[in-house]
Amino acid sequence: MKKILTSLALLGLVVVGTVAIAAEEAHNAAAPTHFPIDEPKEMDWSFAGPFGTYDKAQLQRGLKVYKEVCAACHSMNLVAFRTLEGLGYSEAQVKTLAAEYTIHDGPNDAGDMFDRPGKPSDYFPAPFANEQAAAASNGGAAPPDMSLLAKARGVERGFPRFVFDIFTQYAQGGPDYIHSLLTGYDETPPAGMVIPEGTHYNPYFLSGVSLKMPKPLSDGQVTYDDGAPQTVDQYSRDVSAFLMWAAEPHMEDRKKTGFRVLVFLLLFGALVYLTKRKVWEGVAH
Amino acid sequence: MSATDTQDPNRRDFLYVATGMAAVVGAGAVAWPFIDQMRPDASTLALASVEVDVASLTPGMSLIVKWRGKPVVVRNRTEQEMKDGEAVNLAELKDPIARNANLPADAPATDANRTMPGKEAWMVMVQVCTHLGCIPLGQEGDFGGWFCPCHGSVYDTAGRIRQGPAPENMAVPVFKFISDTKILIG
Amino acid sequence: MSEGHSTYTPKTGIERWLDARMPLPRLIYDSFVAYPVPRNLNYAWTFGGILSIMLVSQILTGIVLAMHYTADTTLAFDSVEKIMRDVNSGWLLRYLHSNGASFFFVAVYIHIFRGLYYGSYKAPRELLWILGCIIYLLMMATGFMGYVLPWGQMSFWGATVITGFFSAIPLVGNWIQELLLGGFAVDNPTLNRFFALHYLLPFMIAGVVVLHVWALHVVGQSNPTGIEVKSKTDTVAFTPYATIKDAFGMIVFLFFFAYFVFYLPNYLGHPDNYTIADPLKTPAHIVPEWYFLPFYAILRAITFNIGPINSKLGGVLCMFGAIVMLFLVPWLDTSKVRSAVYRPWYKLFFWLFVADAVLLGWLGSQPAEGSYVFMAQMATLFYFAFFLVALPVLGLIETPRRLPNSITEAVLEKNKGGGHHPAGATAAPETKG
Repeated sequence: MKKILTSLALLGLVVVGTVAIAAEEAHNAAAPTHFPIDEPKEMDWSFAGPFGTYDKAQLQRGLKVYKEVCAACHSMNLVAFRTLEGLGYSEAQVKTLAAEYTIHDGPNDAGDMFDRPGKPSDYFPAPFANEQAAAASNGGAAPPDMSLLAKARGVERGFPRFVFDIFTQYAQGGPDYIHSLLTGYDETPPAGMVIPEGTHYNPYFLSGVSLKMPKPLSDGQVTYDDGAPQTVDQYSRDVSAFLMWAAEPHMEDRKKTGFRVLVFLLLFGALVYLTKRKVWEGVAH
Repeated sequence: MSATDTQDPNRRDFLYVATGMAAVVGAGAVAWPFIDQMRPDASTLALASVEVDVASLTPGMSLIVKWRGKPVVVRNRTEQEMKDGEAVNLAELKDPIARNANLPADAPATDANRTMPGKEAWMVMVQVCTHLGCIPLGQEGDFGGWFCPCHGSVYDTAGRIRQGPAPENMAVPVFKFISDTKILIG
Repeated sequence: MSEGHSTYTPKTGIERWLDARMPLPRLIYDSFVAYPVPRNLNYAWTFGGILSIMLVSQILTGIVLAMHYTADTTLAFDSVEKIMRDVNSGWLLRYLHSNGASFFFVAVYIHIFRGLYYGSYKAPRELLWILGCIIYLLMMATGFMGYVLPWGQMSFWGATVITGFFSAIPLVGNWIQELLLGGFAVDNPTLNRFFALHYLLPFMIAGVVVLHVWALHVVGQSNPTGIEVKSKTDTVAFTPYATIKDAFGMIVFLFFFAYFVFYLPNYLGHPDNYTIADPLKTPAHIVPEWYFLPFYAILRAITFNIGPINSKLGGVLCMFGAIVMLFLVPWLDTSKVRSAVYRPWYKLFFWLFVADAVLLGWLGSQPAEGSYVFMAQMATLFYFAFFLVALPVLGLIETPRRLPNSITEAVLEKNKGGGHHPAGATAAPETKG
């Protein structure tokens, strides 16, 4: 055991040394080469940790932000209205909500396409007919689909944080990133930095100094009826939480099942260990 | 097992039994998701209702819609068909149960029980033979109803089995008239 | 140790009937009940069993996922998401399968390092070792093709890069690459054949596992002392001794596995794979799955031409060479002593090699720029030096520690220190109970 520990310590030294060398690399504020410029801020999320659950009121507010702001440009192709019951809505509420949308359907018996009100089994309709149309209307870059955004975005954690993340169960890289990006538009770029025409500086953006999307949220833009503050920060938190739910709707179920499985394995493991001791009793090995 | 065990054998046996039981419980819990995944998924269950516009159906006409992957026939029956259906002596029926999902499970197979009250002209029925799942042909066979070409089952104008190997009347699904010309199936 | 002298006696009528016609119960009894195993095996030896349950788990979850998956570029990504969202328990099965691949590799790496540490590859176990290396190669092919199936950005670009290796081969390279892809780029034909092969290969793995276990049962298990079994007192019966110990090892392993499946299911994956594949847009930096990272680092370390070999071919050759090294280990190691326990210098180099492999893995995940490249080159050099210099030379110059005469003697010596077992208890435990 001592030998293994010594070896591990040696291994640790080698790795730490390597990282130290790597960190020395030059850093120029006006022409950064690594993105994002600033790391996402770590927020407190109700769904973090082994017993985390979604805050349903927050998800409903997030849905409102999505519907009233994001949905103008971003599709959410993989999310069906029926699943919104997971946000705490009743079946009837979901029906009403779905019916607010117009779904292009068909062909009918005459061979024509037609519009009809949405049903719970429908999916959120996309704001653009296809990716080309989306790109054409948005300066050449199609706004990404939001169904999985909270799992499709994340800033690399780097050593040694990725080791600690195992113990803290950090899995909120996506919502942290989205929140930081949405609240990161007001910062001023460092002197001398060149911001390409038609883009907007954001130090939290994952792949460059600036992005095509202009600042999407402003204070008071979306009306909340539950008394939550109507600020960009609050909107960003809510919509990030909502997107986490959209990307991982079975998360609560997963964590609950996981707890049961681990408890079972602990008990079962203890029994098997005792059995093993009994079996090997008196047999030197 | 080792013969050197000097401890209370009951305690040892209890440990073995408890461990074995835990293993069985664990195996069962692991098996469940593998079976569970075979059941219809959430998107399949969500498509469980379909709306049909029947305004264009004059008596003697039918249309077929797909519901849960099966054909459902909506037929506006003629006076003659209804009369034939009502005239049947229930004792002659092979299957005396209505098989109507909108009625109690033991409702008798009267012509009225095969349809909706006040809408007796309308037959709404899963057009799948109760023998082995073929699609019977409409308005054929000796009883003026349906005839299944696969194995020769014959249904009457109310979709009740009259001859052949099929055991049950064709099923009437859950449906309702949401207006005079619109039917919601499922 | 071989099946020459079966101790199986059929008891019931059915057993006798079967034994005369197809002696399956006898085979199972001889292989997994009465089979003698060295009594001094430690928990590092439980990984063989752990690997077999991981293989079974991967095949089972894989088969049920295939019931819902669609191998078509327009549908693959959505069908995986349908599994995650709509299929009953689908999220569980998919996370079990994707994390299961990672934990399969965790177990296989521990298993391989155990073999290297205790010299388990030495005569007469060379073939056993090589069969293991073949399993490892098949696992890599299976893991790679499985990662392509969700059709995310990393799937697509990983497939593009890895099939690109073959284009480095002079003259026929492009022809081979097109043959693999079924086109000029990764596309629908590629996805379809990868799905077919991803379904096939695990069964080939299972086949080679049978050979691996067969070879194992002919030569017997190695053990921490590296001394061959000499008498009956050196061994215990597989059941219950090894089975219960393996079971405990498995449960501990499954605990870690479950922790990742339920709490960090995407920790070992890459966020980019939740974006649907786009053949016109490469992600900022492509990384393979973690279990390929050391080899990926070696591939990228060759940034210079070596004589007539350009850097691209050189990188590919070094990467494949790194795997070939494993096949050659039985003949590269010149030491008469198997176990690192009695080889102080080899032990040091072994742990340096482990550190080097971990370092290569970390470098493989970093962008290939600046000082990372130099470090990767040094680490690659050490990787090959371990096999081509340390293994042959150490065996010749190293003075091993005194070896015990037998496994039993080693066990008794060890227990004298602790002293909690009565000496009489070491008498051979009889196997029938």
